[in-house]
Amino acid sequence: MAALEEGFTLSAVPLGAGPHGLLGVEQSDKADQFLVTDGGRTVILYKVSDQKPLGSWSVKQGQIITCPAVCNFQTGEYIVVHDNKVLRIWSNEDVNLDKVFKATLSAEIYRIHSIQGAEPLVLFKEGAVRGLEALLAEPQQKIETVISDEEVIKWTKIFMVFKHTVLIFITEKHGNYFAYIQKFNSHTLSKYTLLLGQEEKSVIQSFSASVDRNFISLMSLSSDGCVYETLVPIHPRDPEKDQRVVRSLLLKTVVSGDARNGVALTVLDQDHVAVLGPLLPSSKECVSIWNTKFQTLQASKELPQGTSGQLWYYGENLFVLHGKFLTVIPYKCEVSSLAGALGKLKHSQDPGTQTVPHFVNWETSRGHRFGSQNSEQSKRILRRRKPEVSVQNPASKQLLSAIKKDSEKHIEEELCKFLAIKPTPDFNTIIGDIVSELLGRHKAEPSFYPRNSLMQLIQTHVLSHSLCPGLMEAALEKADVQMLQLCLQQFPDIPESVTCACLKIFLSDSVQEEKMEEQTEVLHNGFNAEEENCGNCDRELNKKPQDAAEETTSCPVIPKRAALLNAILHSAYSEMFLLPHLKDIPAQHVTLFLQYLYFLYLKCSENATMTLPGLHPPTLNQIMDWICLLLDANFTVVVMIPEAKRLLLSLYKFVKSQVCICSELNKIEVSFRELQKLNQEKNNRELYSIEVLELF
Amino acid sequence: MGEFKVHRVRFFNYIPSGIRCVAYNNQSNRLAVSRTDGTVEIYNLSANYFQEKFFPGHESRATEALCWAKGQRLFSAGLNGEIIEYDLQALNIKYAVDAFGGPIWSMAVSPHGSQLLVGCEDGSVKLFQITPDKIQFERNFDRQKSRILSLSWHPSGTHVAAGSIDYISVFDVKSGSAVHKMLVDRQYMGVSKRKCIIWGVAFLSDGTVISVDSAGKVQFWDSATGTLVKNHLIANADVQSIAVSDQEDSFVVGTAEGTVFHFQLVSVTSNSSEKQWVRTKPFQHHTHDVRAVAHSPTALISGGTDTHLVIRPLMEKVEVKNYDAALRKITFPHRRLISCSKKRQLLLFQFTHHLELWRLGSTVATGKNGDTLPLSRDADHLLHLKTKGPENIICSCISPCGSWIAYSTTSRFFLYRLNYEHDNISLQRVSKMPAFLRSALQILFSEDSAKLFVASNQGSLHVIRLLEGSFKHLHTFQPQSGTVESMCLLAVSPDGNWLASSGTSAGVHVYNIKHLKLHCTVPSYNFPVTALAIAPNTNNLVIAHSDQQVFEYSIPDKQYTEWSRTIQKQGFHYLWLQRDTPITHISFHPKRPMHILLHDAYMFCIIDKSLPLPNDKTLLYNPLPPTNESDVIRRRTAHAFKISKIYKPLLFMDLLDERTLVAVERPLDDIIAQLPPPIKKKKFGT
Repeated sequence: MAALEEGFTLSAVPLGAGPHGLLGVEQSDKADQFLVTDGGRTVILYKVSDQKPLGSWSVKQGQIITCPAVCNFQTGEYIVVHDNKVLRIWSNEDVNLDKVFKATLSAEIYRIHSIQGAEPLVLFKEGAVRGLEALLAEPQQKIETVISDEEVIKWTKIFMVFKHTVLIFITEKHGNYFAYIQKFNSHTLSKYTLLLGQEEKSVIQSFSASVDRNFISLMSLSSDGCVYETLVPIHPRDPEKDQRVVRSLLLKTVVSGDARNGVALTVLDQDHVAVLGPLLPSSKECVSIWNTKFQTLQASKELPQGTSGQLWYYGENLFVLHGKFLTVIPYKCEVSSLAGALGKLKHSQDPGTQTVPHFVNWETSRGHRFGSQNSEQSKRILRRRKPEVSVQNPASKQLLSAIKKDSEKHIEEELCKFLAIKPTPDFNTIIGDIVSELLGRHKAEPSFYPRNSLMQLIQTHVLSHSLCPGLMEAALEKADVQMLQLCLQQFPDIPESVTCACLKIFLSDSVQEEKMEEQTEVLHNGFNAEEENCGNCDRELNKKPQDAAEETTSCPVIPKRAALLNAILHSAYSEMFLLPHLKDIPAQHVTLFLQYLYFLYLKCSENATMTLPGLHPPTLNQIMDWICLLLDANFTVVVMIPEAKRLLLSLYKFVKSQVCICSELNKIEVSFRELQKLNQEKNNRELYSIEVLELF
Repeated sequence: MGEFKVHRVRFFNYIPSGIRCVAYNNQSNRLAVSRTDGTVEIYNLSANYFQEKFFPGHESRATEALCWAKGQRLFSAGLNGEIIEYDLQALNIKYAVDAFGGPIWSMAVSPHGSQLLVGCEDGSVKLFQITPDKIQFERNFDRQKSRILSLSWHPSGTHVAAGSIDYISVFDVKSGSAVHKMLVDRQYMGVSKRKCIIWGVAFLSDGTVISVDSAGKVQFWDSATGTLVKNHLIANADVQSIAVSDQEDSFVVGTAEGTVFHFQLVSVTSNSSEKQWVRTKPFQHHTHDVRAVAHSPTALISGGTDTHLVIRPLMEKVEVKNYDAALRKITFPHRRLISCSKKRQLLLFQFTHHLELWRLGSTVATGKNGDTLPLSRDADHLLHLKTKGPENIICSCISPCGSWIAYSTTSRFFLYRLNYEHDNISLQRVSKMPAFLRSALQILFSEDSAKLFVASNQGSLHVIRLLEGSFKHLHTFQPQSGTVESMCLLAVSPDGNWLASSGTSAGVHVYNIKHLKLHCTVPSYNFPVTALAIAPNTNNLVIAHSDQQVFEYSIPDKQYTEWSRTIQKQGFHYLWLQRDTPITHISFHPKRPMHILLHDAYMFCIIDKSLPLPNDKTLLYNPLPPTNESDVIRRRTAHAFKISKIYKPLLFMDLLDERTLVAVERPLDDIIAQLPPPIKKKKFGT
């Protein structure tokens, strides 16, 4: 559930805000510090948690700041524009803005964008974009005009997509809206016309956007009070042509339709947006959190003193001008996992690979900020948290840069070096970054498939499917069964569709065709108990099983495939989600899998403990569950295939005999207990004995 | 090392009493435990959970409540209506005060430790002032309709919560009047039960009252408004006990199903200030009712009808994951209940209210390792000696010659003379015991059975000469001036010249019997002594401590022996130090002076001082006989500690002669079989 917490005022002094409110709130290079630019002449640096200003800078009387101050994350300096054309760059130590570096440009600036990990970009009012450094090298360079006359930039935002900056800006001309996407790595500019659909007459009042893989999801709040979403592709198919994008209704009437101003929208995360504006026509303005997936209002907070219609969101805080005060409202959204709710999380793991502690430490989940009463404990938390200061250690940086360009061999070496270092607390996120980086490059150049590195990374035991969603996809694409097996063994959260896709590959003939040299390695991870049985199963596989006797003694699949299938049997799933996917498996594969399961079941029933030999054998429950699932999904098909029919018949007979045994055993259970008691008494009677003991 | 015939005895029909109350003292890190037979035991949690003191029980004194007051004072109250204070130095009862309110069901010491509150059968709550040497009745609170089963003070000392039947009262301490009465729902899973008994209450500083009751509920009440705030239904049976940590961030409850639940105050979401009580961990270490729980800063402690005392460390509070983080289950007393007459092959078993004398069987057959030999004569039960009076037996002993038996209760000392005529034995009580021989903490006969040593609870040691059918008082060693500490352990040298005695904390004193004077005092050690013995010929005193250290001290030289210094320098094997039961008996081989035999509940060990000491890399315990190994390898891998874990739980082990051992085992299954059946829980189906 998302929730808004009690807000607090950032500045006790009313800002000299004009009728248009603040120019902007921007992040600085230090966490928790924000640059607030008011509509007049002042830039103030605030530390939010302390609720106090750290510095304040003003331009001379007569000058006016025209664009919000930003921080250059690469140098830590601040940049502001006054009088449309004059750039000022200063640092924390500077006192007077008049004395700092100044550059006068030849065209008017709309915004300066700055984002972590890239140089600041300057967007001119005519639509041209320049890097700051290029601009400072030659301030008076000519700036071209990109947009047409009477076209006005309405809104703009910058993103990092796969380490490249992407800039989007929206223009308006006679009630038509256009979106421009500027990709800075390829210097391509693509233009899209936003089609408003039926709501032709509405005026868009606020924009917000987020990146969703290959699209920028552009959200707009129209004057009718509804939120629309437009997906703008980042990589256009044909950049030259003028393209159109349609928008679709996302949320209906989130603010009252007749609200003319004081309306704003910002995207919080994948499923949540924050909207500023009155909920009902006559009500006060308020901030509200909407869940776009379920179309529900999650939280709202009234702002009785009115707002300026501006809303900023950074990290965990929403910034709003409430009356004359800049107010910070902390926002929380708990992550809820369906896997957790459905009990899909894996519980049993062998002790060797277990990385999670055996017990839940309820203490660590307690408030980091609030500390705990126990001084000893807080000390420990401090000690534990210290390493997080160095978030990105140099080794991982070096590795990430190596991944971008170097050969597979070199990456492997770098990876070994990196893994040799003692893991930091954010180890798993770094590993996640590395994997996504590798996959990113694999996507870009399909010949690049760093199999060994990926295998090594999976074996760190910290990856999960959610941390690197592309990994199994890539492995499926490559039909890399060994990698898939490893993933199945290590990841606790594989979606059922992917599990099923793995199963399909494992059952397909491609497994057979692969060279035998890999086999030994797989066997180590898997199920090798039937080695002697399966020595010559290869030939028998293609033959029809002759009689029941043969079926029971020989494994219907080669050891390698058996190991792979066992990985599937061990994986976690929910029946409900798995069943539809199981229906897609071809009939002869279903038969083969059933044969194998039947074989396992027979093997299981051979001993009293009902277990299979080997290192990680599938349990009887897993086998039975899969038999049931498979039959549930494909019964109508299986019944029609003659050989499968024979299999079903013998399976039926065997299960029936097992049920019989169990019910008979139940009947004589009491007698067993009596026998046991008698046996115990016999032992008890030996209250005294003389024994011989030799000590060595 | 040698071959032995082992008399494996399992007919010692000892059943520990169930645990009724536990009280934890944070200051001294000690735990007081009372049992259903009235015994009160003190465990020192800092000294490897050693049971360092005990107060014998009394038939009419069923303890219902136990608590510590300021200055390490221990009080108990019970169904005979008396409040008792224990003297932890002299190990006896200081005084008993009748509360005049009928049986006492509950007791609580005020947060400042100066006032004592008892809840009685007649519904009265009585306030006592704790004075430096006694307690003084102050006044009654408003009388309630039915018995007060539980009491808890508010940490500020202004209010008190009292659990009764069907309701909880909140009293104002100043006025003594009930401020609130909170009715508890009788309904239990939709069915109305006759009564709902509030087994336990806890008052938190924020005004919350937590109650546990017979309907299986843990409830949170707001004492300011008298309303129910939260209800957890945790069991299908009674929830019988509750204990809150000092920080009030966690508490523990015990149920009649044997489950212990841990509740913790946990943030609702990560880094939010709002907190709520959450049931975090269930523990099932008991099979029967958990009658009592305690919460130390690092562990949950529970005990109940199944007689185990379980100490479960809280993993998140344990800084280092060493052996202290392991679960402890204490079942058997850390003292000897068995003595043995080597000459006549007799075993004397001590029970709460009687003694049993058994003669061991014999065999003529021989065999190899592991064989069970055919018996030519089975063991005989010779004697069943019942005590007179309601008091429990403190200690007992049979003389090495087998013709004397002595035992003691809190107020009387008994000495018997046994006469053997063929298969008949006759018992003759030695009458007219002197006045000073009233109560003994430990009794010991000299090797030649001519002298009797008695440690009385005032710290003095009496030496008595035994004659045929009579006795003569020889001497009394008075305790050093200023100390009143009682001696709990005695050891005499086989030649009869030396007597060693040890209390719970101070060092071991060695007396010269010939000259009847103190010979020397072994320097005191941080951990209490668990067993003492003096070796023949060399007169080396071997001392085992609760931290599993073993020292050897030469009495004639008045210094530690060379071997003892060597092993202290090198250190014991880490597995030796990790054992969790103390050594309760030490003995020696008459023909092999280099051997020391000692045992705890799970192993017995022969230390051969002539062999090299093991270091942490060598295998300490090797149960397998060496096979196919040349003598060279065997000699190279042999070390001083020969350990056998065949017999367990081992209550007693001694050497009868050069080639014969006696081992008394008490299998846990036999104890469980004699306990009342636990609450039946369905294992299968719904």
